[in-house]
Amino acid sequence: MHRLKQRYRYSVILLRELIRTDFKIRYQNSFLGYVWSLLRPLLLFVILYFVFTKFLKVGTGVPHYPVYLLLGLLYWNFFVEVTIGSVTAIVGKGDLIRKINFPKYIIILAVLTGALINLSLTAVVVAIFMIAGHVSVSWQALLLIPLLFELILIAITVAFFLSTAFVRYRDISYIWEVVIQAAFYATPILYPLTRIPHFYAKILILNPFAQVIQDSRYVLITHSTETISTVYNGDRWIWAIPIGITLILTAVTSTYFRRRSKHFAEEV
Amino acid sequence: MDNDIVIRVENVYKDFILPHEKNGSVKGVFTSMFSKATKKKETQHALKDISFAIKKGEFFGIVGRNGSGKSTLLKILAGIYQPTKGKVTTSGKLVPFIELGVGFNPELSGRDNVYLNGAVLGFSAKEVDAMYEEIVDFAELRRFMDQKLKNYSSGMQVRLAFSMAVRANADILLIDEVLAVGDADFQRKCFKYFKKLKQNKKTVIFVSHDMGAVREYCDRAMLINDSKVVDIGSTDKIAQQYTRLFMEESIESSEEERTQDRWGDKAITLESIDVKIVAQNIDIKMVINCNKDFQQPVVGFRIRDMAGLEITGTNTKKEKLTLPDLKKGNKLKLNWQIPNILSDGEYNIDTALQYSDEITVADWWDSAVHLVVHKDRHLPYAIDPGFQVSIED
Repeated sequence: MHRLKQRYRYSVILLRELIRTDFKIRYQNSFLGYVWSLLRPLLLFVILYFVFTKFLKVGTGVPHYPVYLLLGLLYWNFFVEVTIGSVTAIVGKGDLIRKINFPKYIIILAVLTGALINLSLTAVVVAIFMIAGHVSVSWQALLLIPLLFELILIAITVAFFLSTAFVRYRDISYIWEVVIQAAFYATPILYPLTRIPHFYAKILILNPFAQVIQDSRYVLITHSTETISTVYNGDRWIWAIPIGITLILTAVTSTYFRRRSKHFAEEV
Repeated sequence: MDNDIVIRVENVYKDFILPHEKNGSVKGVFTSMFSKATKKKETQHALKDISFAIKKGEFFGIVGRNGSGKSTLLKILAGIYQPTKGKVTTSGKLVPFIELGVGFNPELSGRDNVYLNGAVLGFSAKEVDAMYEEIVDFAELRRFMDQKLKNYSSGMQVRLAFSMAVRANADILLIDEVLAVGDADFQRKCFKYFKKLKQNKKTVIFVSHDMGAVREYCDRAMLINDSKVVDIGSTDKIAQQYTRLFMEESIESSEEERTQDRWGDKAITLESIDVKIVAQNIDIKMVINCNKDFQQPVVGFRIRDMAGLEITGTNTKKEKLTLPDLKKGNKLKLNWQIPNILSDGEYNIDTALQYSDEITVADWWDSAVHLVVHKDRHLPYAIDPGFQVSIED
């Protein structure tokens, strides 16, 4: 028990220092450095908002479309930050891995923590938009907690898989950049699911990430958005599919990571 | 497990798979999936059947030549590598020093790096706060702490790293020889630190190829060669075996290397050299051939032990003997006499025929002749001048 505590202590100390270091290195030479990393998703939001409400009019018919869009974009931004940041994270810490023994998962946790901090800060902007847009919040908003938990689980599962695979296969980083572009359009971030053929909607909503976004919009912003259940005509059991996919992938990836991480020192 | 034993290594093997064509890309995976021919892999056995145990408070040396597997073993003890086969059990907090200043980031200030390296060594930010002043003073870098590490000289970096390292609080320390590099002043600091560790009864594993340091600090040592344990025992015994290893090597490679290790413009050459031990003296007879008119040659030699350590040497100029100018075809005979204070063992003698500037070489010959000294006892040191000891009445 004592040894377990000792081990845990070391991870926490190292994790804190890794987060601080990454943060300092990333923003030390730019004046607005950190502010930019928060502004980027918001500026993207402004652009997309104009394109999709003024030009294409995709959002018409969706109540509170600006907040609806913003929430989706921030989730997406979080996912991108965690996964892109993680791909090269383990190899990037190769110097450390080759010289000391420490639990390798903290490398990914450091990336995750950085992204979570950004997510919570941008969440303030969502709150402001919600107040400005007179979005009424019910007790259902508490369901956001398990949904955020699922979002984090999806992101780190993908992050663990990519970073582990990248140690052996360095093409992963290029492949992931392409995949993530495709995924952006395959996920109902910009468009309401009602705007696409029902057959495709049924497939796309099985993606756990799509399910989390739609559910979050449902509990927080408007009940008139589609959820996985409404796409499948009120079938509640259908939730088992995306959640099941998440859990299975998490289990498989954690086994893969645990098996491979022992050999990182030789391979990075 | 015996309570006294803090590290137990049982039949540890370590293999490294070296792919001939590294499958570092997805394309590589696909192509090698379809063609079995490219799946060539070579297994390198870095460690074979290593077993030993270290007691609490022991200062244990691991010696071996480069590539013998000693650093791999250290990494396995540190938990950085996993053994392919076998078991390693350790008890207590273990801190490895594979390198000084692990985690140092050149883009960060000295101050930030102290906290970063502190975390690597297991100190929380609070604990580093408490000892920060001491660290800075010890490293003598107060003025530089807010500068980026990349602007430090390498000496300054080492000083900072070392003043962190000496604070590591662990039950077991794994120290690689890299810790003892640097200038003489730094080495002194290191050795002082080793002494302190010894006094504080820390368990230390020290990996080195410097037999002198091992003999001075270690209680016991282990010799590794060709990935296997050759022997474990007293440092004297291991030192002897280590030297023998070098000896075998040099005898194996002797003939062809001997000619390669000879260079110079050959204006004068060493025709023959003969070494004899007569009574208490070593007699060296040299015959020098003159191939071209030559003014004031300087003739010298040095004696090296089998580990390559230079024990002594001199030349005619240092001995204040001016040699005559030589004409082409002349021969010069020189006799040297040295009191035989060498320890029991084998030695090589390098000879040098030089111009009067003592720089330009006419004929330099590494290991020109081999010398065997037999004494009735073996001292684990380079010289055995004969000692006298008595009890005062």
